[in-house]
Amino acid sequence: MSLPSKNSFWRRYRRNRGAVFGLVVLLLVALLVAFGPLLASHDPWDMVEQPFLQPGQTAGFALGTDTMGRDILSGIVMGARISLLIGVVSTVVSLLIGVTIGALAGYFGRWVDATLMRFTELFQAIPSFALAIVLVAIFEPSVKSIVVAISLVSWPPVARLVRGEFLTLRQRDFVAAAQLAGQSTPRIILTQILPNAASPIVVMASLMVATAILLESSLSFLGLGDPNQMSWGYMVGAARTVLRQAWWMAVFPGVAILLTVLALNLVGEGLNDGLNARLDGRT
Amino acid sequence: MNAVLKPFDDTESMSQVLAQTAEPVLDVRGLDIRLPAGGDRLLAVQGASFTLLPGQTLCVVGESGSGKSMIANAIMGLLPRPLVEPVAGQILFDGTDLLQLNESQLRRLRGQRMGMVFQEPMTALNPVMRIGEQLEEVFDAHMRLGAAEKRQRILAALVDVGLPEPERLIDSYPFRLSGGQRQRVMIACAMLLEPSLLIADEPTTALDVTTQAQILKLMRDLQRRRGMAMLFITHDFGVVSEIADHVVVMQTGQVVEAGPAQEVLRRPQHPYTRKLIAAIPNGAPRVAQAEPDPVHVLQVQDLCKTYVSGGSLFKRGREVVAADHVSFELRRGQTLGLVGESGSGKSTVGRCIVGLAPFESGRILFRGRNLMSGAALRQQAKGKIQMVFQDPYASLNPRHRIGPTLAAGPIAQGVPKAQAMARALELLQLVGLGPEAADRFPHEFSGGQRQRIGIARALAMEPELLVADEPVSALDVSVQAQVLKLFAEVRERFQLAMVFITHDLRVAGEMCDHIAVMQRGQVVEYGPTAEVLARPQHPYTRTLIDAIPRLAAQPEDAP
Repeated sequence: MSLPSKNSFWRRYRRNRGAVFGLVVLLLVALLVAFGPLLASHDPWDMVEQPFLQPGQTAGFALGTDTMGRDILSGIVMGARISLLIGVVSTVVSLLIGVTIGALAGYFGRWVDATLMRFTELFQAIPSFALAIVLVAIFEPSVKSIVVAISLVSWPPVARLVRGEFLTLRQRDFVAAAQLAGQSTPRIILTQILPNAASPIVVMASLMVATAILLESSLSFLGLGDPNQMSWGYMVGAARTVLRQAWWMAVFPGVAILLTVLALNLVGEGLNDGLNARLDGRT
Repeated sequence: MNAVLKPFDDTESMSQVLAQTAEPVLDVRGLDIRLPAGGDRLLAVQGASFTLLPGQTLCVVGESGSGKSMIANAIMGLLPRPLVEPVAGQILFDGTDLLQLNESQLRRLRGQRMGMVFQEPMTALNPVMRIGEQLEEVFDAHMRLGAAEKRQRILAALVDVGLPEPERLIDSYPFRLSGGQRQRVMIACAMLLEPSLLIADEPTTALDVTTQAQILKLMRDLQRRRGMAMLFITHDFGVVSEIADHVVVMQTGQVVEAGPAQEVLRRPQHPYTRKLIAAIPNGAPRVAQAEPDPVHVLQVQDLCKTYVSGGSLFKRGREVVAADHVSFELRRGQTLGLVGESGSGKSTVGRCIVGLAPFESGRILFRGRNLMSGAALRQQAKGKIQMVFQDPYASLNPRHRIGPTLAAGPIAQGVPKAQAMARALELLQLVGLGPEAADRFPHEFSGGQRQRIGIARALAMEPELLVADEPVSALDVSVQAQVLKLFAEVRERFQLAMVFITHDLRVAGEMCDHIAVMQRGQVVEYGPTAEVLARPQHPYTRTLIDAIPRLAAQPEDAP
């Protein structure tokens, strides 16, 4: 019986051409992460050829080499891995923080709401990128610290969104009915209200993955990435000084960032259409 | 009632004179309106034809989904094209076919020659514009007028629709106005340029009985004074008998009966019309039990509850007394009707009894046991006090299937899962839905069916006290009758005590043994139903009784 609703989700999603394109790009990126090492078998940190090889100049180095003679294709493949990893994990972590705080604030209201929202504003008042830089600089730059930094700066909008949804949903009669039936508060929050707030959270999550990838790239560009992991942002940053002599070193990782972030945004828009039954043309 | 009928007859004779001389204002011929593919039927309206003469009121009657609002929207050019559009027929307005006009030609007619009043007065006004500014827009759209003259004419229009203090009101924002006042503003807005046709789409459905009576009277007066034609859309035959000259009855997009109002009301030909008329609660008081059950299920003593709004740390908020020393009692198998207008505090009392709202003072005794207030009350009652909610669309979780929805309560009280599911299936059968309903989601059911599910969910807890908060006011009249019957059945079967909250005295009369009339948080009258309805003591009760729209005089008591 849930089949028709799934079908209509796909029907609405497919209507958005851009979203379909985004999904295809994302699948390609996922394939790159899974099977990329077969394609580019070099260690991205190894100097394997002479530096400044143009794309296509030598067989086996389709995207050329960088200033140190490292294979750019291998770098992009490994970078995809780290970008997606950081994007997804930090989104999951900030969803956990944001949904918890937002749900508690929205459900209980009054002083719980006031306290939690003032706490949230504390984070929102500080420019998020500056805070992320400070956090990574305090801890040693590593995958773990970058994930922590990105999560800590990106949960407030989630908390705001979830709080808003909970504020309206908790007034609904089905919540009152669950209370009358004697269901426990955690149960009401998790099974009655949260599923109804899921669609905007899912849409936001897809956009947050994109933002997290951008944040990670920006941090690596500034040299605050994990020194043991090749990353797109680091590659762009390293190629910055030779941009005029060797365009390919910055362009290929740059395009990778652009395409992935664009795809995630398009998918987010598609999810929004798909989960919003009102776009069906009849209400 | 004769006093109401007399002037009615005058207009009828007058309009008959007009009818012989005048061309029809509106002539709908063979109108077909197409629905988007995948709907429950191909055509929303099929072959609808009727004429409306100047100075007359035509009521289009039908249940929701019968296509009656589609006709109104087609006339005004408000259909969501191209998803829904007229595919055949003509709508002749003063001889021109509205379906052939383009948008700018239509716009010139709208507001000036045709006015429209909508169902929901709370959302029809722009909340950030002053009343005066909203009315000015009508002038600005159609003519050039000086600011002073505009203001003059708007003030006159506000006086015309019976609004108090128009000088102050013209500069107020909509949130200061009650629903009835907003509807008056909407009527003033529609009538500002003296249109020859007024379309009213269920203008009183969202209003209280007393406000409804006032608005109906206003519309009737205005129509008679201005001699305009009115197309009135409603689902309530009580309203029809108050206002209509002619009636068109619609069922699933087709006109099944048409004729003069008196004729249709007295001698309905089509079975569907008869069903609609029979569904109107007649307010005949329920025969009380021979001997009241000795068990007191509920005693409410001096219940007080005050809402404080808009306050802050340093400022006292505005206080609204929702319950002021409310007292009543209820025995097993009995039903008490809490009757009053919106804002009278009846729903608040209901929410206090079930423990969804805390109260300040007074006592609530359940089976002789004193209950705490708010969440603690719910703990103590252990689910034996249940509620049926007003809005069937908001009371079921859209993400949960029906079976688990019904079983969740008993499971939370420790009943084994399999047993709870089995009971859920039984209850679905009891409320007239098949067991296959358990696997479906709420959006697959109609409003009436959802309300049945709501009742089943309450019964799943094996309650001893059921509080029903306006359970039928969101439903069509015919569905309402079925749901009320179900309430009566389950009450007998489970020996339930019931608090029935409603604004409709007709419904209360049919359902309840006792009635408590509430006004501004106080119980102003409390007694056996027959007593209250036949010999109302308090003037407010009398107002409520007078406001009930009745079927026009039956042949035997006609003059």
